[in-house]
Amino acid sequence: MKKMIKYIIADILRSRIMIAYTLVLLAISFSVFAIEDNPSKGILSLLNIILFIVPLVSIIFSTIYIYNSGEFIELLVSQPLPRKTIWLSMFAGLAISLSLSFLAGAGFAILIYAMSATGLIMIATGILLSFIFVAISFLASVRIRDKAKGIGAAIMLWLYFAMLFDILVLFFLFQFSEYPIEKGMVALTALNPIDLSRVLILLHIDVSAMMGYTGAIFRQFFGTGSGMLIALIIMLVWTVVPLGLSTIRFNNKDL
Amino acid sequence: MISIQNISKQFGKFKVLNNVSFDCGQGQCIALIGPNGSGKTTIIKSILGMVHPDTGSISFEGKDIASDWLYRNHIGYMPQIGRYPENMSIGQVLDMMKDIRKLPDSQIDHELFEAFNIRALLDKRMGTLSGGTRQKVSACLAFMFSSKALILDEPSAGLDPVSSEILREKILAEKKKNKLIIITSHILSELDELITEAVYMQDGSLRFHNSIQQLQKQTGEGKLARAIAAMIRQQDLQAAKGHTAILTAVK
Repeated sequence: MKKMIKYIIADILRSRIMIAYTLVLLAISFSVFAIEDNPSKGILSLLNIILFIVPLVSIIFSTIYIYNSGEFIELLVSQPLPRKTIWLSMFAGLAISLSLSFLAGAGFAILIYAMSATGLIMIATGILLSFIFVAISFLASVRIRDKAKGIGAAIMLWLYFAMLFDILVLFFLFQFSEYPIEKGMVALTALNPIDLSRVLILLHIDVSAMMGYTGAIFRQFFGTGSGMLIALIIMLVWTVVPLGLSTIRFNNKDL
Repeated sequence: MISIQNISKQFGKFKVLNNVSFDCGQGQCIALIGPNGSGKTTIIKSILGMVHPDTGSISFEGKDIASDWLYRNHIGYMPQIGRYPENMSIGQVLDMMKDIRKLPDSQIDHELFEAFNIRALLDKRMGTLSGGTRQKVSACLAFMFSSKALILDEPSAGLDPVSSEILREKILAEKKKNKLIIITSHILSELDELITEAVYMQDGSLRFHNSIQQLQKQTGEGKLARAIAAMIRQQDLQAAKGHTAILTAVK
């Protein structure tokens, strides 16, 4: 299994899209830090870009990769290997190589310019988001047979997590603004890994004061050590649940 | 060696396999033939555990394959379309497969590897290869591990005449080693002299399963293509006769 993962990673890292992804991240992060003289401001600008690009590339690249590997997966299934091993190796290969690209692209610049707790949390969330969105793409591509529909679903899922969810939350907030919903907001963030990462990083920069009363509740909840731990657990759940569901589906799938 | 018992498979509303049963014995070379969409590939995929039949069972050397995967150690499979990760080199694909099979180097069969001269292409990436070269790699992988059973899905599709002949010689050599070989092909002329039994599928059902001698005797035709055509004609004629017999009886 280890060797299989190694070869899959070697294959992915040599693809042109992966190299472009790394270079774009590298260019963006270095230029952001070069423009902003204050590293924590730089982190803030970089945050929005990373929360946009990392999930997008992770979900779409891995969806396309899985569909393109259809015949290769069939060949692996015809070998003496349990299906679970094949599926999890594909996952490990994709998640690790996307994380490596993120590390080489954005992580590098963050370590140089903003080597702080916030910077490290940002690197960690970038890696976690890569894992989460690869897992979500696995669930989408194992459920949908048609490649075009599958890629469409991946784009819709990304759109939902990156934009639609926030619109829904905003709508919810205005509708119920007269009720004490601050605690509910904390629970609501757990439903979107991108929002969760954003809150986590904002809390570590001094801008959280601008988030009002809800911000204070967030600070109270996620700012502490146990809050961070809960956030980490939620992110892991976001990886394990889609991956587990997709593995069960793949085990019973007709190829 | 491989025994298929009453398997049926439905994809949505479409019935791909309808209560198919047959046995494949050791030392046989079986041609799986039939029109497009008759369920040949689904049978092969069922044997390899890629498709789970709705009903019925398949056993390999007496053991049910449903929850087992180790039996695939004894099967070499050559797919109809071999597509590999684009940026993997041929050498890496071969290494990966060797690693999966865990067979000592002394037992690995390098004959096709040498005959197709794959060594010169080891560093080429799979994405840059032509369809025929990819097919050669698939063939190498299928024959490399000296498996007891070989399943070849349209093996000569896309191969040039010389390579096609090399592959044919290799199949003949393996047949002499008392292995089970299952081939699907649309080009019946290339199966002559190769096969010992023919399984004819139509609309998801088994139409006949005969040995070559039997086919030739029954139809009086020497060539496989003619023998099969004659066999189908005979069966259709009999069915029509039966039909008219029923009609006259009703009248």
